[in-house]
Amino acid sequence: MSFLEVRDLEVEFQVDKKPVTPIEGVSFELNEKEVLGIVGETGSGKSLTAHAILGLSTLVGGKIRGSVKFEERELLSISEKEMQSIRGAQIAFIPQNPMTSLDPVYRVGDQIVEGLTQHAKISKKQAKQQVIELMGKLHIPKPDRVFQQYPHQLSGGLKQRIVIAMGLCTNPRLLIADEPTTALDVTVQAQIMRLFGEMTADRGIGLFLITHDLGVIAQVCDKVAVMYAGNMVEFGKIKPVFNTPSHPYTKALLDCIPYIGMKKGSLSAIFGNVPSAGNYPTGCRYHPRCPHSSSQCETRVPALIQIEGGTRVACHLYQGKKDG
Amino acid sequence: MPATCIREKKMDNMENFIEVNNLSVLFDVRAGLLLRKIGTIQAVNNVSFSIKKGEILGVVGESGCGKSTLARLILRLIEPKSGSVKFNGKDIFELSKKELRKQRSRMAMVFQDPYSAMDPRYTIFRSLSEPFQIQNAHFNKEERRKKIDDLLKLVGLDPQHGFAYPHELSGGQKQRADIARVLTLTPPFIVLDEPTAALDVSVQAQIIKLLENLREKLDLTFLFISHDLSLVSYFCHRVIVMYLGRVAEIISADLIGEHAQHPYTKALVESIFRTVPGEKTKAPPLEGEVPSPFNLPFGCVFVSRCRYAQSVCHEESPVLKNTEHGGQVACHFPLDF
Repeated sequence: MSFLEVRDLEVEFQVDKKPVTPIEGVSFELNEKEVLGIVGETGSGKSLTAHAILGLSTLVGGKIRGSVKFEERELLSISEKEMQSIRGAQIAFIPQNPMTSLDPVYRVGDQIVEGLTQHAKISKKQAKQQVIELMGKLHIPKPDRVFQQYPHQLSGGLKQRIVIAMGLCTNPRLLIADEPTTALDVTVQAQIMRLFGEMTADRGIGLFLITHDLGVIAQVCDKVAVMYAGNMVEFGKIKPVFNTPSHPYTKALLDCIPYIGMKKGSLSAIFGNVPSAGNYPTGCRYHPRCPHSSSQCETRVPALIQIEGGTRVACHLYQGKKDG
Repeated sequence: MPATCIREKKMDNMENFIEVNNLSVLFDVRAGLLLRKIGTIQAVNNVSFSIKKGEILGVVGESGCGKSTLARLILRLIEPKSGSVKFNGKDIFELSKKELRKQRSRMAMVFQDPYSAMDPRYTIFRSLSEPFQIQNAHFNKEERRKKIDDLLKLVGLDPQHGFAYPHELSGGQKQRADIARVLTLTPPFIVLDEPTAALDVSVQAQIIKLLENLREKLDLTFLFISHDLSLVSYFCHRVIVMYLGRVAEIISADLIGEHAQHPYTKALVESIFRTVPGEKTKAPPLEGEVPSPFNLPFGCVFVSRCRYAQSVCHEESPVLKNTEHGGQVACHFPLDF
């Protein structure tokens, strides 16, 4: 039994009285101390998947189907009140942009304390003590001074560490980080990623990392889920997915990334654009851009099947080669 | 590395198309109700380099290192404190208003954010015809339509896209339209300021391939600004690495991966997360963050983060010296080749 298990997750919204399903067929599992990366281009449904796990998309009128089991509890069938006691306490969320997710008129320390006192019955003084200790563990220099400062006085990297401290202060079991380093410079990104590595190992946390950066996934994660147009197209351990990608989209995406030492003129691109939700093609959503597309790709949605090496892939190319 | 040598030689034979000499700019920083001056920042400090015809010169560095300011200076969108930018031997800071306007048709810029670079109330066609009106290019309506249709086709769009408004296009299409607008007056020199930073990797690859094709077809020269060292090393011939407004190193793109000589360049290379699993980077190559430009360290600006720093680095600012491999490095103790 996995620690987080998502099965056939589907999110539906009503747009102009028509149902639109920006997420369909998302299934994965995550164990303790594991880092799962979810990667895809803009609009592929990465963030929405995270919001669905946190039960946030119902708040804006979405319908969620499927199953999200966290420590053997079905999150999709519990009440909003119960969810509130889990959200922030056992499952924490680190939002995308540290620049806009901190309140500019409150001291950063008080903002972390607020999250802690929401979920734990402790005095403000104790909370402050705990927060300063945590800030030190996150390599924030002079934590008692930073505690008193306002967001605008801190650099981007420090602000991101404060937001991470907000997520970690309640000792969650699962941490969901939505593009935590997109706004940061590469040298700071390397520091923050090391921090995530330490956290998962020391605290036994499961980390669900959303990013569009395949390099970050390759270096930080244990497993990866590749999303395209709201579908999960490939899911597996890092090494097989990156070394021998199975889905044509994963292959093409990896070929789009330049690296140092790459021969000039050898970069390849994927033809066309990612379709928007509501304009998804029939059958496999990748078929109009796929070089291996055949007539069945246009009509039939490929099921997610397990192939050799334990990777699961949703592509008609593999439908005959089922493994156990 | 024979291939590099041949290309370097070929480039050496060509005369400098653009020459930047000792370029510096200061910004006053004002704050408070009365906007009193509270300090100055040296955004670009004594920068010199040259670009050869047909070359792609990359500029990399972390945010706040002065890359975009440098781009704006080279196009004279801002005035420098000192220094010169020579375009085909002529200093653009000495041009009269009229001459400068003419010069503008020979140099252009593609901006970072395709979402705000186009007027949202103009169709793509109208945005693209504006440069002709400004530069008094006398085309009749039909000629102009044909020219713009050709441009749209050149950048991989459909002439139908001319009727669209910017919000109707995707990010990649908008960036293509922006490139088409820049090409209207066929400028030989184009500054690309992070043209793919707002785009997904698959769209980035499309735009980079388009730029590669256009450069060959139209014999263009690029100054390419980016924070992505992998992209710069792939796309450019030579790379300028900037740190806090100063040039740390100028190096051939082929040498950057293995033979960077400035500790900062090396740290940037080591900070890259490669898409090859299993080679996990153990320790981050640099601790701390870029110091505030108000509070620069004494001596070498990189000294506060440099693991090789010695006492002389705290006292003296290093000057840019030529290396044996055709590059330049500003470091008291450059790394072994």
